[in-house]
Amino acid sequence: MKPEYQIISNIITENSRVLDVGCDDGNLMEFLKQNKKVDIRGIEISKKKVQICISKGLTVIEGNAELDLKQFPNESFDYVILGQTLQAFVSPEIVIKELLRVGKKAIVTIPNFGHWKVRLNLLFKGTMPVTKTLPNDWYNTPNIHMCTIKDFFKFSEIMNFKIFNSLALANKNVSKINNSNLFIKNLFSELGIFLIEKHNEN
Amino acid sequence: MNIKDNIKTIIIKKPLKLDCGQIIKNFPLAYETYGSLNEKKDNAILVCHALTGDQFVTGLNPITKKDGWWSYAVGPNKSIDTNKYFIICANVIGGCMGSFGPGHTNPETKKIYGTDFPVITINDIVNAQVNLLDYFGIKKLFSVVGGSMGGMQVLQFVSNFPEKAKTAVPIACTSSHSAQNIAFNELGRQAITADHNWSDGKYFSNNSVPEKGLAVARMAAHITYLSKKGLQEKFGRKLQERDNIKFGFDADFQIESYLRYQGSVFVDRFDANSYLYITRAMDYFDLVKQFNGNLSNAFKNSKTKFFVISFTSDWLYPTQENKDIVIALNAIGADVGFVEIESDKGHDSFLLNVPDFLKTLKNFLDKSYLEK
Repeated sequence: MKPEYQIISNIITENSRVLDVGCDDGNLMEFLKQNKKVDIRGIEISKKKVQICISKGLTVIEGNAELDLKQFPNESFDYVILGQTLQAFVSPEIVIKELLRVGKKAIVTIPNFGHWKVRLNLLFKGTMPVTKTLPNDWYNTPNIHMCTIKDFFKFSEIMNFKIFNSLALANKNVSKINNSNLFIKNLFSELGIFLIEKHNEN
Repeated sequence: MNIKDNIKTIIIKKPLKLDCGQIIKNFPLAYETYGSLNEKKDNAILVCHALTGDQFVTGLNPITKKDGWWSYAVGPNKSIDTNKYFIICANVIGGCMGSFGPGHTNPETKKIYGTDFPVITINDIVNAQVNLLDYFGIKKLFSVVGGSMGGMQVLQFVSNFPEKAKTAVPIACTSSHSAQNIAFNELGRQAITADHNWSDGKYFSNNSVPEKGLAVARMAAHITYLSKKGLQEKFGRKLQERDNIKFGFDADFQIESYLRYQGSVFVDRFDANSYLYITRAMDYFDLVKQFNGNLSNAFKNSKTKFFVISFTSDWLYPTQENKDIVIALNAIGADVGFVEIESDKGHDSFLLNVPDFLKTLKNFLDKSYLEK
């Protein structure tokens, strides 16, 4: 179980409809199913992982979030979760837009590229950072669009969505992120967790 | 005594209005069952067979003396576990394994129907076999499962009877027969009707069956069930019991010999007119049109949990056509899972030993059965 599972579970309200985008082998889905009364679905690109999800009794479709989210009607889920995969998409812009169309709210977690270890790694070694949360080399990493917690805040302005809850995870400790502590959180957090929604059109 | 007299059959007394307008009643529906129905009668699975299948799903087929068509998937501890579930399979109407079909005698004329048999549809087939649920006193099936034309029946079944299946597994199928599908079926039908033994479908009275035509139909169809890669790997350009090509039209290549064999064994077990009727039923299948262009409406009254499965190398009912079903279900928030299984074995993958498929089907059924 990943440390953010409990945090995500706390955010989600009972009896809601949830879609886990890039649900991997269904661990988060299973956790939520056991801890909350939710109707949860998943979408996953890997055939093998879909099969693992099915073996756990989870409802999962094989698909690519960049192409296959369009089959879901507007606001057909209360929450859409995107766990640590935003950075792996060719077009994070399209994915965020789709998340906010399909879900009334979206929960996005990102591995923070602003973490001090990442910064030191680049500063002293002069090579692309390889860390515990980002174990791949530059040439074989699926993470083609890395960003920092600060970047995500900027992204929210550019893409015009509202972040109404942002949490930082550092050494399994959770804390709130706000404008005054952003510099520190961006330096010491391994993971950013954001609850976002569309700005009202009017 | 005719060997087919041993086939289990119920007589459907209730009149059934067919899509073509004719009404049939007091007609036979042949079926087979495996496993046992539990006390709560909540462990029944209706298996729907494909074009050339029959009710003998697994074990030894008592008529053909060969293994049942889905022996890989159905049996003790298998994907569709006969230790757990009560499996029912009916021979489709229009078929030739005991259910009402063109080989039956018209009680009014005392002649074999032949092409006087009414043209039937997937909808008619499903409406006929639902009678088996009443016969066994089953209010709701645990699942309805089928591949290819069997998958079409699964879709039609849930659409017609939204309350009668807890889960549904359409495999390697489509919601609407494509032009290519119709084209291949027409090729088969033309092969049969071009055989002069066919005699406008009255071959029973001449004692001469259109074997050649039916065999060619089977050969052509058989190619569509396999993938190019699968064929290449199995046969390549290998020669049949010879070191060199013979500059003639004998079966030089193994693939030729294989297809000829497939054709010849098929005519022993299948009726040419049934082949015409059942392929026609498939061609007429268009659930999208039936619901005025919106497939979602076919399922809008159903709480059934779906699991759609396709295969990478299936070009007859390709993944996209299976995905269209998933998309229609997701559009109405239905409970639907979907996976495309990696396999080189083409459309036939669902009938063969494809471990990922067999395992996933088992997992889906066994997990869903535990859910209340």
